[in-house]
Formats: sequence, structure tokens, C-alpha cells
Amino acid sequence: MNLAGHYNYWVAIFLMMTGFYVVISRGNLIKKLIGLNLFSTSVFILYISLGKIHGATAPIADDRFQLYSNPVPHVLILTAIVVGVATTAVGLALITRIYEQYGSIEEDDIRIKDESL
Amino acid sequence: MELFIDITLLTFLCITAMAITVIRKLFCAVMLASIFSLLCACLFVTMDAVDVAFTEAAVGSGISTVLMLAALNLTHSREKRPPHQPLVALLVVGVTGIVLMYGTMDLPVFGDAAAPIHHHVAPRYIEQSPLEVGPPNFVTSILASYRGYDTLAETIVIFTAGLSVIALLGIRDRYAGRPIPSDRSAMKDYVVLRIVAKMLMPFVFLFALYVQFHGDYGAGGGFQAGVIFASGVIIHSLTLGRDRTLKAFPHQFLRGLATVGVLIYGGTGLASILRGGNFLDYSVLAATQLKGQHLGIFLVELGVGLTVFSIMILMYYAFSYRREP
Amino acid sequence: MNHLPVFQVLLPLLGAPLCLLVRRGTLSWLVATLASWGGLAISLALLHHVSHTGPITYNLGNWPAPWGITYHVDALNAFVLLIVTTVAALTLPYALQSVNLEISEENRPLFYTLLLICLAGLLGIVITGDAFNMYVFLELSSLSAYALIGLGKRRRALTAAFQYLVMGTIGATFILIGIGLLYSLTGTLNIQDLASRIALIPASAYGHRTLITAFAFLTVGFSLKLALFPLHLWLPNAYTYAPSVVTVFLAATATKVAVYMLLRFSFSILGSRFVFEQLTLGKIMLLPSLAAIIIASLVAIFQYDIKRMLAYSSVAQIGYMTLGISLHSHTGLMAGILHMFNHALMKGALFMAMGAVSYRVGSVYLTDFRGLGRRMPLTMAAFVLGGLSLMGVPLTAGFISKWFLVKAALEIGWWSVTAIILIGSLLAVIYIWRVVETAYFNPLHEIEHGQEEAPLGLLIPLWVLVGANLYFGIDTSIPVDMASWAASALLEGTMQ
Repeated sequence: MNLAGHYNYWVAIFLMMTGFYVVISRGNLIKKLIGLNLFSTSVFILYISLGKIHGATAPIADDRFQLYSNPVPHVLILTAIVVGVATTAVGLALITRIYEQYGSIEEDDIRIKDESL
Repeated sequence: MELFIDITLLTFLCITAMAITVIRKLFCAVMLASIFSLLCACLFVTMDAVDVAFTEAAVGSGISTVLMLAALNLTHSREKRPPHQPLVALLVVGVTGIVLMYGTMDLPVFGDAAAPIHHHVAPRYIEQSPLEVGPPNFVTSILASYRGYDTLAETIVIFTAGLSVIALLGIRDRYAGRPIPSDRSAMKDYVVLRIVAKMLMPFVFLFALYVQFHGDYGAGGGFQAGVIFASGVIIHSLTLGRDRTLKAFPHQFLRGLATVGVLIYGGTGLASILRGGNFLDYSVLAATQLKGQHLGIFLVELGVGLTVFSIMILMYYAFSYRREP
Repeated sequence: MNHLPVFQVLLPLLGAPLCLLVRRGTLSWLVATLASWGGLAISLALLHHVSHTGPITYNLGNWPAPWGITYHVDALNAFVLLIVTTVAALTLPYALQSVNLEISEENRPLFYTLLLICLAGLLGIVITGDAFNMYVFLELSSLSAYALIGLGKRRRALTAAFQYLVMGTIGATFILIGIGLLYSLTGTLNIQDLASRIALIPASAYGHRTLITAFAFLTVGFSLKLALFPLHLWLPNAYTYAPSVVTVFLAATATKVAVYMLLRFSFSILGSRFVFEQLTLGKIMLLPSLAAIIIASLVAIFQYDIKRMLAYSSVAQIGYMTLGISLHSHTGLMAGILHMFNHALMKGALFMAMGAVSYRVGSVYLTDFRGLGRRMPLTMAAFVLGGLSLMGVPLTAGFISKWFLVKAALEIGWWSVTAIILIGSLLAVIYIWRVVETAYFNPLHEIEHGQEEAPLGLLIPLWVLVGANLYFGIDTSIPVDMASWAASALLEGTMQ
């Protein structure tokens, strides 16, 4: 291992953990969802970093180039991005309904309203 | 130079992420998340992942942000101050991060061409796919053919998300069969915006079509095209009034279109079975393998495009019509 | 005929859009029911095929193994497929009347569509031979599950669904990280190929640390999905507030599929030697499993919402499954796999009984059960029999898996574990007894309601499951043989 060779992964990990932290430490539901997005988007950076080759070009066949970056992580992440936006949409729909029913999108307020019943 | 851009982008990403954690105005947080996605997209370009960058830009900083803003409009836009110091959260995150760092120590160096990841399965895609499948864009070949089944599932994921949003929020079709009332757009007074939007729209649609049908050769494909097309319609709706959009694309029509998209994809797979191949084996669809693959990829990308387009607009409707009398 | 594996998933997957197209609640139900029955027939055929001629492989898109996605059916997943399809085939007939009461008319086609997609997702996870494909189908089933739970009538269904969404997505992202790390070491995503290439990485070599991290992330991710104590927090709310049908379906299938994923990754990909001897998964899982059995059972005793009580009981029962795995012996593993089957039968039956009570009474608080023994005799009799199975009384299915679990613990001389298994059963006696006492020995304080049994559409599937609980408690050969066979295949370390 060496520092110069791994900084990309480490920054990705830092970003992931920032997202993860937002998810578990914040009580606001929209903020949680933003954190979740941050978390998964940073995982995408990790995947794409794994596929990069120094001096290579985008994986589209062309006579001028010999070396291409690995296209497989790209394909996987395309799928994962779609999964991410799908989760966001469902989460937002739930949040909207929660706001209509509880009048709040803060976890604490919601808990208090449930317990007061 | 490459290293410099890389480091700059990573720095900006870190700053944006930190800003998201501290900022309590949700509107700002959403916009920062959008910027984060855009920066990611740039980073993906530097790492040669052009298709991913395209999608991240369209989805992460485009559609996700639109949906977030729409939801924000329906709810509350300020976060309460966290009541306590989240020490447990810090601990959990710290441990997770350290474990992950430990794991990356044995990963190959970034950009190393000798890493095992580049030497087992990937070479065949790069060497053989132009001969076996056809499209010069390896990502398209893998996405639509080698791993076409993942993409079918992905299409159904987005289909499911659309249905879930409709089931949870519902869409009230107030003008079913009735003439729409006069234009009540919020942006009616912004003449410049309306004219620019109107002028842009044909280009947006043209670009979407280009992305749809040119995905074999460059970056793009059905998914990105669907998102761009939907964005065009959303611009139309924002500037010219959503009731007009609802008339042009009634929600029952879009629901049907989304279903048809999924069925085109699935049907292409079933057609391969009927013609004696395995599910999604496009080679049997036409006289030669390459022609068959070409036809198959065309059809499934079409299916993906239709489904994504209609689901994106349906979700937009669901959020934007929620608080109606 | 050789396309059977792919149709196992395609039938519900493409049945779902059809369900939406017909746009009438009852017609959608019909489509969904037919798809689920077809699925059951296919899984029976697959099981028959696998047991006679060995594992089946199906290359999607006709691309050979590491390049394309393949389906691989062996002893273990044929068995799990059977569990999932059986539950689905019984849940859908049950759904018609329950859904008509609980879901608004315009949402019914959507409900059945989402239910079919959830089924397809679960089947897709189990049948696939590709690690990333498993992730995609996992998200497919989870996404539809979030929405289905959110359709519950009470507003807490929404918060329960959101909590599940957050925890489920964290779990799935952990799994995504784990798969990515495994992929970076091997360059492949095919499960068999992964196994053979990971086996080549020696214990001291470069890459080993990544392997350990991948394993850690996968285990945490799966534990979140299977609700292993203390990562179970999403489960009680989700099961309590979901519509009755959704609770029946998810309680009987979703966590079992997560257990399956854990088994598949631990045994078939990383190899039991690496996972158990070097990383001591057995010891790591032992404590949470035992804690689940004791603590979740204790918590169940103090619940007044009986659906919630059964949800906590599910957390405890999952503890039995992971306990079986952590004992790391053939008998233990077999007991764990067997309990997946038996628990699906008993929890399916118990939650169906809850749905029936809720259909007539409107809610399932303990006080609602007063006098129900006379008012709904058939439903309550089914509840009692399901409860006996849950306790592990001889001549019920629940007894068999506990018997093997005790046997496995005694084989390695762990008396304390045996004691905890028995204490768990005693606690189950207590919480089931509370309901039985209220239903049979607590007179109605209002006017006598007379008999008001649940409709046949609910009773028949319920009693079929109760019958299965009794049948497989007496004639144990079929599930025991299958579980034993699956356990041997797993312990050989490779996908047989």
C-alpha cells in the first residue's frame, strides 16, 4: 500500500462515512434521505475508481486507442444509480405522507405524537 | 494535470459533503446534494466512466433534485437543531470507516493496469464484444446484452418506484374528459424564462432522441434518453403550466406507456425463447448473430427509454399535484 | 422445459405489468394468483429435477458463466424457492378478501402488482448465480416491500416503512460495498467463479485484509436485512403496521431469503473454512442469536398489540436460525435450514389468523381477543395450533427443528445453549398463553356477539398452513431430508 496509490479510495471512504453519519445522526427525514444519497453516491466513486486504468481512455472502441478502462464497474454503477433514485423517490413519497399525517418531518416530534396517543 | 483535476474535484466533494452535514436549511442541503452529484459526474469523466457521468448528472443532480424540491415544497424546509451530541453515531461511523480503510490497504493501487479486476472477465468484453455483440460502446454491449438481465431488473426497479409513489400519493386526474381551465402557471410572468424554455425544448427532445439511438456509439442509451425527455416535459410543465402538460400526457396514458416499456423488454426476451434461444439471447432474433444483437439492443433500449420517461413524469405529477383542492 | 429456471422469476416479474394493465382489483388478483400458483408448480418441478439429476444451470442471454448472468439451482436454493412460492401461493388466495377490506379500490391493482414484484425479487435473489444480480433483485424486493408496508391503514405504517427504507438501504449499501471489494479481488461476479478464485487467495497473502473487510460488510448488511438482534429495530414496526397480507407474506419469506443470502455468501463464496475457522463467524453470531432468543421473547411477553408480539417472536425465531448456523456442524446447519421452512409455516399461519381477527374485529389488541374462542372458533383453534408449533410441542413442525437444534448443541456439549433454547420455548409458551387465556377464559363483558367466523377465503389458506404444521410434525421425512441434503451441499464448501 502507499499513500499516493490509495488516496482516491480514502476520499471515497471519507465521503461515504459523511453520508452514513448524516443518516444515523440526523432526525430530519429529508436530511436522512440526502445522507443516504451521499452514502451511496460515494460508494459509486469507490467502484469507478476500481475500474480506472492509468493512461486508458473511455471504454468505447476506437482505432486510435489500445487501452480502455474497465467497463464492468460502469455497468454495475449505472444500475446502482437507478436503484438509488428509485429509493429516493419512494422515500420522498413516504415523507410527504408522513408530513400530512403528523405535521412534522422530525423524528422526535413524530415519536412524541405517536406516544401521546 | 489529470492528478490536479482529480485532487481539486475530490477536495470540492469533501467540502460539499461537510457543508451538507452542518447546514440546516433543507433547501440549501438539497442544492448542495445536487452540486455533489454534479461534481461526482465530473469525477467520473476523469475516471473514463462517461456513461456513468452522464447518468449521474441527469439523475443525481437532475431528477433527484427536482423530486427533493417538490417534496420540500409539500413539507417543511428547515431542520431542527439536533437535540444531543451524536457520539454513538460518530463511533459507529468511525469504526465502519476504519474497517473499510483496513480493507482498502490490500486493494490494488489506483489506476494499476495489473489489478485482477482488469484481467479476468473484462478483457473478453473489450476484445470480443465488437465482434459478438456489435456496438463500439462496451458499456452498451454489457448493459444490454451480457448483463441484459440486470438491466431488465433495473427497468422494473424504476417501474416499481413509480408505482409505489403513485400508490402512496395518488394522482388526481381533475380534468379527465373536461376542457382545462386557462393557464395558471406560476411562471406566467417570467417572459424571458418562458421564451427561452420554449426555444430550448425542441433541442432537448432532439438531444434525447440522439441519446436514445446513438447510445451504441457514444455515451448514453435508453435510460439517459428517458430522463432527458422527461426533463424536457418537466420544463414545459414548469413554464407553461402543468395542466397543459397533463393534457398532452394524461397519466393513464403514461401508466400504459410505462407498462408497455417493461413488456417490450420482457417480450424481447420471450421472443428469443420462442425462436429457440435462451431468455434475452438476441442472436436468434435475426438471420445473423450481429443483426440479432443489434435488433435486440435496439428493442430493449426502447423499452427502457419508454418506461423511464413515463415513470419520471408520473412521479413528477404525483408530487406536484399532491396539495390540490 | 429447460427454460424452467428463468420462468420461475419471469412469471411474477412479467405478471406484474399485466396485473397493472387489467386495472380491475379482482382481475389483477386473478392474474397474481395464477402467477403465484404457476411459480409453485415450477419450484416443485425444479426441486424434483435437482434432486434427481443434480444442479441446473441456465445462462441468461446464452452468455457462458463468468461473462453473462447465470441461474444456478442446487439443493439449498431449490428448497428456499419452494418455501417462498408455497407461501406466495397460499397468501394470494387469502389476499382477495383481506385486501378488499384494507386497501382502497384504486390502489388494489397497484397493490397486487407490487406484491408480485416483491415475490419476483425474492425468487430472483434465491435463484441467481451472480452476486451483483442478487443485489439488484434484493433492492427490487425491498423497494416494493417499503411501499407495501406504507399502504397500511394506520399512519404509523408510514413511519415504519420509512424506518425500514433507511435501515434496508444502509444494509443494501453495505452489501454493495462487500460485493465491490470481492469483485476488486477477483474480477468476477459469478458465485462459483468467485468461490474458486477466492479459494486461491492464501491466508497471509496480499488481498486477505480486503477479504476480511468484504466479509464484515456483507455480514452486517445481511444481518440488517434478516433482522439479527440488535439490528432488528425495523422489523417490529414494519410487521405490526403493514396490511395483514403483507405481514403474512414478508414474515414468512423475506427474512428467510436474507438468511439464505448469508448462507450463500458464507459457505458458497467465502468458504466455510475461511469464514468459520479464520474469522470465527460461529462465535460472532452466537451471542446475538442467543440474545435474540431470550430478549426478543421477553419483550414479546409485554406486548399488547398481538401482531407486534408475533413480530418480536419472529426476531427470536430468526435467532434460532442463526444459532443453527453458528453451531457450525451438519446437524446445526440442517436445523437452521429446517427452521426456515418450519418458521415460514408457523408464522404464516399465525399472521393469517391475525389477519382474520383483524378482518372481523378491526384490530388485534389483546383486549380484542376476549371471547374470541367462542366467537371465531376456527380462527382461534388455528391460532392455538400455530402457537403450539411455535412453542415446539411434539407432533408439530416446530418441534422438529428445535429437536435438531438441541441435538446439535448437545453434540458439541454446549449445555448452556441447550438451556437457552428451552428457555426460549418456555417464553413462547407464556406469550402465546396470554392470548389463549384471553380468548377462551375471559368472558365478554359486552353483549354476546354469537358466532362470527372469518370468511372461507381467509380460513382455507389458514387451515392449509395449520395442516402443514401438523403434517410436517408427524411425517418429517420430506423437509428433514431436503434440509440435510442442502446442509451437506453447503458444508462441502462449493455449490454442488
